[in-house]
Amino acid sequence: MTGPECRDVLLGVRNLSVHFRLRRGGLFGSRVTLRAVDDISFDVRRGSTLAIVGESGSGKTTTALAVARLIEPSAGQVMLAGHDLSTLDDAGLRRCRAEMQFIFQDPYSSLNPRLRAEDIVREPLRNLAANRQDRTGEGVESLFQAVGLRPEQRRLFPHQFSGGQRQRIGIARALASNPSLIICDEPVSALDVAVQAQILNLLRRLQAERDLTFLFISHDLGVVQYMCDDVAVMYMGKIVELAARRDLFESPRHPYTQSLLSAVPAVDPSRRGLARRALVQGDPSDPVNPPRGCRFASRCPMVRDICRTAEPRLTEVSPGHKVSCFAVAPGSEAVTACSPA
Amino acid sequence: MTDPVLRIENLTVEIRTRTGVAPVIDDLSFRVDTGRTLALVGESGCGKSMTALAIMGLLPRGIGRIVRGSILLGAEDLATTSPARMRSIRGNEIGMIFQEPMTSLNPVYSVGEQISEVLRAHQGMGRKAAWSMAIELLDAVHIPNPSLRVSDYPFQMSGGQRQRVMIAIALACRPRVLIADEPTTALDVTVQAQIFDLLKDLQRDTGTAIILITHDMGAVTEMADEMIVMYAGRMAEAGPVEAVISRPRHPYTRGLISCVPHLGAIVDDDRPLLTEIPGIVPGLGQFGQDRCLFASRCELSDSHCRSARPAAYAITDGHSAACWQAGGAA
Amino acid sequence: MTDMANHDATTTPRPRHPAVEAFEMFTRNLSAIVGLVLLMLIILGAFLGPMLYPTDPFEMVWAPFTPPGQEGFLLGTDYLGRDLLAALLNGARVTLLVGASAALLSVCIGVTVGALSGYYSGFVEEALMRVTEFFQVLPTLLFCMVIVALFGTSLHMIVLAIGVVSWTGVARIARSEVMRIKQLEYVLAARASGATHSQIILFTILPNAMPPIIVQATLMVGSAILFEASLSFLGLTDPNVVSWGQVIGANRQYILDSSFAVTIPGLAIFVTVLAISLIGDGLNDALNPKLRRR
Repeated sequence: MTGPECRDVLLGVRNLSVHFRLRRGGLFGSRVTLRAVDDISFDVRRGSTLAIVGESGSGKTTTALAVARLIEPSAGQVMLAGHDLSTLDDAGLRRCRAEMQFIFQDPYSSLNPRLRAEDIVREPLRNLAANRQDRTGEGVESLFQAVGLRPEQRRLFPHQFSGGQRQRIGIARALASNPSLIICDEPVSALDVAVQAQILNLLRRLQAERDLTFLFISHDLGVVQYMCDDVAVMYMGKIVELAARRDLFESPRHPYTQSLLSAVPAVDPSRRGLARRALVQGDPSDPVNPPRGCRFASRCPMVRDICRTAEPRLTEVSPGHKVSCFAVAPGSEAVTACSPA
Repeated sequence: MTDPVLRIENLTVEIRTRTGVAPVIDDLSFRVDTGRTLALVGESGCGKSMTALAIMGLLPRGIGRIVRGSILLGAEDLATTSPARMRSIRGNEIGMIFQEPMTSLNPVYSVGEQISEVLRAHQGMGRKAAWSMAIELLDAVHIPNPSLRVSDYPFQMSGGQRQRVMIAIALACRPRVLIADEPTTALDVTVQAQIFDLLKDLQRDTGTAIILITHDMGAVTEMADEMIVMYAGRMAEAGPVEAVISRPRHPYTRGLISCVPHLGAIVDDDRPLLTEIPGIVPGLGQFGQDRCLFASRCELSDSHCRSARPAAYAITDGHSAACWQAGGAA
Repeated sequence: MTDMANHDATTTPRPRHPAVEAFEMFTRNLSAIVGLVLLMLIILGAFLGPMLYPTDPFEMVWAPFTPPGQEGFLLGTDYLGRDLLAALLNGARVTLLVGASAALLSVCIGVTVGALSGYYSGFVEEALMRVTEFFQVLPTLLFCMVIVALFGTSLHMIVLAIGVVSWTGVARIARSEVMRIKQLEYVLAARASGATHSQIILFTILPNAMPPIIVQATLMVGSAILFEASLSFLGLTDPNVVSWGQVIGANRQYILDSSFAVTIPGLAIFVTVLAISLIGDGLNDALNPKLRRR
């Protein structure tokens, strides 16, 4: 998304929406629609990392699952290396899964407790083997080596590993089918700080060695800043800001991004007091019944009248830097189509 | 630094495991002063939560017990006091808030009932007085429309609001000490910042001493005046936050600070790999051995570190590190 | 840098299957061991007994109502003068076989229905749950009697009847386990690595759902034995084989003259069901992860 010169887009997401039908208020409650992800688009260049950052309820994990089609998107397209995943049937999708793997958040529940480490790592190979005679997968031993586990640990069960080692097994499993895209859903948030560094470094090293593309989901801005090349900031199902890493962290434009950055406690004394408290008050509004117009309007310090009636659209404010805010991107005012809640 | 509310001296707590007895807190001493915040920092399993439980007298019965040392609240030693006295101290003179605001409130009572319950139990307040006090407290923790929200049930509130209710309950009786065990770990960063602001405001008003238990160096610099870095049940480094963060002397403290990708003031294009602390924390079986328990993960360790437990080495006034190498290293 | 994880493993425990741990837990449970030993003795008696004591249980060998221990008949004779010990030994095999195969049948039905209704949502789930509810509200013994009365009193039909009326409990347990497990991340991981729905149900979810189902299945054997006894007591039994319930049923009119002819097979049922329950409880403790590591 950093400009037209980057043509080699591996993952393209267009107008992706995920709506959940919920029943509210018990058995006889009315059915309502939760717009967990609402009409978002982004590209991930081959070999780069796009981070999706947001707070709980922002729809970042739902986005990750919908891209991998682990939940069905309600609308929109997901293009992986030119193939439209959203039109594939089950069998076709399974073939594509070899190219696109997932690393999960919780290293305790993401490994089947009844399988030995080597069988967990081999699982994608076993499932995908029938479809992929052309390329025999990498041996378990070299995968173990690649993620920093000892080959003699391959016969152990998940509960015999520490949290960090379990996450390494999860990474080895994701590498087994030799994918080009790996979707990392909060891969370090369940780990102790000292172990986080080991895993983050490992992911960076693997990316360099194997030319991997990451879609990296996280709530931790420090981790995002360390891992990503581009960042998409999500708020209540919408991307509110999309920019290259330096642009976003040096000159955040959207008021939500600014408050998010200022809320992170600073260890670096030179940063402390710098952007101290562009802090927003209150909680996000009800996701089932979002307000008309901009979803951040109720908490926004820069709110205008138009924000409460019309929905802003992602608009480029400088090359590669897109913001969805009337106060920041004047161009976004032209589009005022407001979808009914 | 004249009036310590709480003084812990040479506290040693042992727990029984399947393999034997392990000192989960090993000869720990510290003090907290009125209106000040002390942070206990470390990875999971370092004994920081166990310290909180020991102070609260909530060590798991039959499994954990205080074997040495004292916990002095004013002049009273909580390590030897009776269970009945401990019950009246909990919630009254020492309040506690927990990590998980989703499960630490009782789902079948309204928040007003839960707050006034504490007031009636400890302060002998009447039903009506306690209820209106509950509304005042909700207002104090910045819950909008407190007179309406007071009859809400926990499930009707967001995570941040629930943590505010927990704070209201913990502070209801104006305790002398508030123990906050990872109070914001389950919350979003913008909510975390709000909670930190709230705690600081309330501390300014009430003079409560806060013990903040956390693994996040950012939270420490934001909130605390003094800090103790704990490792394997022992004090690794202690001192004023400014001094410890800017000039850490224990290699573990240095590792904890630099292994986390912090947001810096300047965003560079080249990102060196993070400093790793190799390995993981030692198992309970290794606790209490007469050596530096960090030695196996430490790049500076020598044979001395592996054969004798380092004593606290005083660096400057109030800043000390339990490391054989702290004397020589810059 | 790749060897840094080697520090990670402070100890390398030897590979231990969760089942091994459960087994050790089980063997540390005294009442479970008692149950297991009892059941072993009963099974041994059922299969070796008739060989070591080859009296025909249908043959009249002595005067009716001979009390136990007299005339060389260890357990006495019944109202037709048939040897009760022979009936007990031969009946054990039928009782155990009927109990085990009826339990097996109901576990098969229950797990299939439960797994499908737990895994799929929507129409499949709704339909299967309605079927389950239908079988749950049936008066089970009455329904069994109707089946047996209509289709004959062969052993197969009795097993079928018991199995068909008693699978709903297993289905409920299987369903709730499958629903719990299907939202764990390793199931998502299996899907992400391209597993089909049937692979996920059979190889990922079900093995993890088995512990409570195994416990329930064990207890089902006991209740199936009781069920068979009730049916035979009512005379709905294969007349060509002898089972404990049938002995009780045949002698029930003479309970005042010769109470032993009813109490001895009754005691046998009691001990067997008790042994199975003890084993079931022991399995429950051993397989329940919440109790583990205490």
